Amino acid sequence: MTNINFSAKFKYANILSLALFSISIIFITFKGLNYGIDFKGGTLIELRSNNTEASSIRDVLKNMNLGDVNVKKFGQKGDYLIKVEQTGDNNKLIPEIKKSLSDNLTSEVNFRRVENVGPKVSAELLQSGVIAISLSLAAMLFYIWVRFEWQFSIGSIIALFHDVIITLGIFSILSLEINLSIIAAVLTIVGYSMNDTVVIYDRIRENLGKYHRLNISDIANLSINETLARTIITSVTTLLALLSIFILGGEILRGFSFAMILGVLIGTYSSIFVASPILKTFKVSYKTLEKEEEKIVP
Amino acid sequence: MLNFSKINVLIIYLLFFFIAIFSALNLQKDENKFFEKKINLGLDLQGGSYLLLEINSDNLIEEKIQSKVIPIKKLLKDNGINYNNFKINKNNLSLNLDNIDKFDLLFNSRKENLVNPYIDNYRSYELEYKKISNKQIEIFFSKFGLLTINNSALKQSIEIVRRRIDDVGTKEPTILQRGEKRILVELPGLKDPERIKSLLGKTAQLNFRLVTDNNEFGTDKLISENGEKLNVSKRIIMSGENLIDAQPNINNQNNEPTVSFTLDRLGSQKFGRATTDNVGKRLAIVLDGEIVSAPNINEPITSGNGMISGNFTFQEATDLSLLLRSGALPTPLIVVEERTVGPDLGEDSIKSGITSLIVGFILVILFMLYKYKIFGLIANTALIANLLMLTGVLTILEATLTLPGIAGIILTVGMAVDANVLIFERIREELKTEKSVIHAFDSGYTRAKITVLDANITTLIAAIILFAFGSGPVKGFAITLGIGIVTTLFTAYFLARHLTSLIVLNAKNKDIKI
Repeated sequence: MTNINFSAKFKYANILSLALFSISIIFITFKGLNYGIDFKGGTLIELRSNNTEASSIRDVLKNMNLGDVNVKKFGQKGDYLIKVEQTGDNNKLIPEIKKSLSDNLTSEVNFRRVENVGPKVSAELLQSGVIAISLSLAAMLFYIWVRFEWQFSIGSIIALFHDVIITLGIFSILSLEINLSIIAAVLTIVGYSMNDTVVIYDRIRENLGKYHRLNISDIANLSINETLARTIITSVTTLLALLSIFILGGEILRGFSFAMILGVLIGTYSSIFVASPILKTFKVSYKTLEKEEEKIVP
Repeated sequence: MLNFSKINVLIIYLLFFFIAIFSALNLQKDENKFFEKKINLGLDLQGGSYLLLEINSDNLIEEKIQSKVIPIKKLLKDNGINYNNFKINKNNLSLNLDNIDKFDLLFNSRKENLVNPYIDNYRSYELEYKKISNKQIEIFFSKFGLLTINNSALKQSIEIVRRRIDDVGTKEPTILQRGEKRILVELPGLKDPERIKSLLGKTAQLNFRLVTDNNEFGTDKLISENGEKLNVSKRIIMSGENLIDAQPNINNQNNEPTVSFTLDRLGSQKFGRATTDNVGKRLAIVLDGEIVSAPNINEPITSGNGMISGNFTFQEATDLSLLLRSGALPTPLIVVEERTVGPDLGEDSIKSGITSLIVGFILVILFMLYKYKIFGLIANTALIANLLMLTGVLTILEATLTLPGIAGIILTVGMAVDANVLIFERIREELKTEKSVIHAFDSGYTRAKITVLDANITTLIAAIILFAFGSGPVKGFAITLGIGIVTTLFTAYFLARHLTSLIVLNAKNKDIKI
């Protein structure tokens, strides 16, 4: 078993967490999130055309007066992703763009993927994404409240907020696209971070009952050390799997796996350095557990 | 925790083999299927088109409110209520009345009310009215009325969408209602949905109307296929409803593609009478408000067969006959969401998905072997069993595997070992304080149980919420992640525990390292 004095570092960790959290909030508020067409509406076309430059695609599209058009390389050479911000439901737009590209580009064009999301649907998708994340946070809060005491519940939920906000903050800073799969990633991060927190909390609760003389700082320290091997091994295996998706899983899964990798790192950090110190703030002791027991068994 | 009765062992392994065997069904060749169960590939993996269509009931409401004008006027006339200033607005009718109280009595009477039928089950009226001033009222559809219009339009649209898609001959289309206004269409294997989109984008309301100067029913100024401006009577001689068949054809005389149609009995009568009475006049064939052609009526057509020509290409004639056969949509359909994946991108996604799955799997297996040696082997056996069970359950459920779904499986691989890691680490701790190795393993399993459950339930909650709120491919991720958690718990707590017990009990308290 390791014997690292984590609780001595809680103070610095708190400053770091608070700083990262605030920076993330500032970026999300002022720079905003880079929503993909799932949430903003618009048209996305992925095409493969060897010997075609992005500039010639831009030129063709410029002549069509489509408003804001974004053309970028996507994966291997000759693959491009075109994004058209479009207003209103227009059933004819996609065939027009396809025809114009096929007619005007010199080499053959293979349309690999076409997505079009109308403004109404994108607003609904964004709404259901926000509901899903909020609901999952609420469900976690409730589950921990049932299984543990309310102090643990608050601690874990603050850690979750910390993870979600900082992950989104990094996406905002790097201008990475937020789409449906990122929502899935965020929800999985919520699950993973919670999983990590629960393991440490479980041990804290067990040790609180075992060692009445130790204060919460020492108990937290002991519990983190006792579970540290597990925390690291599980993070490593999960990261191995995620890195494999990130490197080999193709362009479509890249954003998703990147968000997950961030989430696993931040989630592991937060279970140790955010969720545990909060118990100290609430002055949790073995008496907290006894009170709960009295309530249940009158 | 390490003692298993023979019955328990039997149940555990039978259950495992029973579920795992289903994963083998996916290896069957399509020709000779032993058992009709298989994991379906999502549209993002096999290629295909997903369309979300929305009906636009605004026009329909306008049309329906207009159809109430005559019955309401009749009601007022029959009961001696004077009205004036009768106006037809977009979604209501406004009029001035001299006796609103009497109108109220009539309007809301329950007996044989043709204007505002009373539906007993729902206790609701189709129409409502409100007073604008002492004299003026507005009549509009009640919530119930709007719902009825919307629902019947949606049901009818789904039916017609199905007919049109079936007629095109796409394989295994999925057509489902989504919410109150939407129709979900999934067309696997379809590379280019433009033809289907254009077929679904047309309401295909066909009318036969006379070209006339007579103003009795009002006229529309329409432009013919040759660019002539024609006055077309609003009176509809016959509509597409009376068609029972339509086929593309080539006209023998000038080799032009045409659409020949067959009418039902009522249609033949109507058409026969109209063509007999109007020989020499021109008949406009109007589709969705545009003239397809306006030929001369040379002789009465009483056979119930006819032909439409109109400068078609053969493809256009084929599409028009398909539209006429399937019937008219009650309202135009708008594509509000479309996702099309080409077959080669799908193949690429499968390849990269499987590659990353295999690599991720091997990395995790090697790491576990390095960390836990012989017990790593047990964890790895559990992991393989886990994957077999996961695919087995997916097969039993005939779930749809998507690219994010594959990511979910890989993530399960990474997280599944967690249960065994928790247990093994706990056993390591117990071994330090406990003298008996068997006791240490036993209490390791017992003490880790709660933690393993707690830790996995949290992820399961996230997966369930994702399943409820996610759409399309993301749902696929939630399914694999969720099922993965359940199979993980089973393999860690039954299979791996049994394998561990075999090693520990056989070693008989000799020194076992973990």
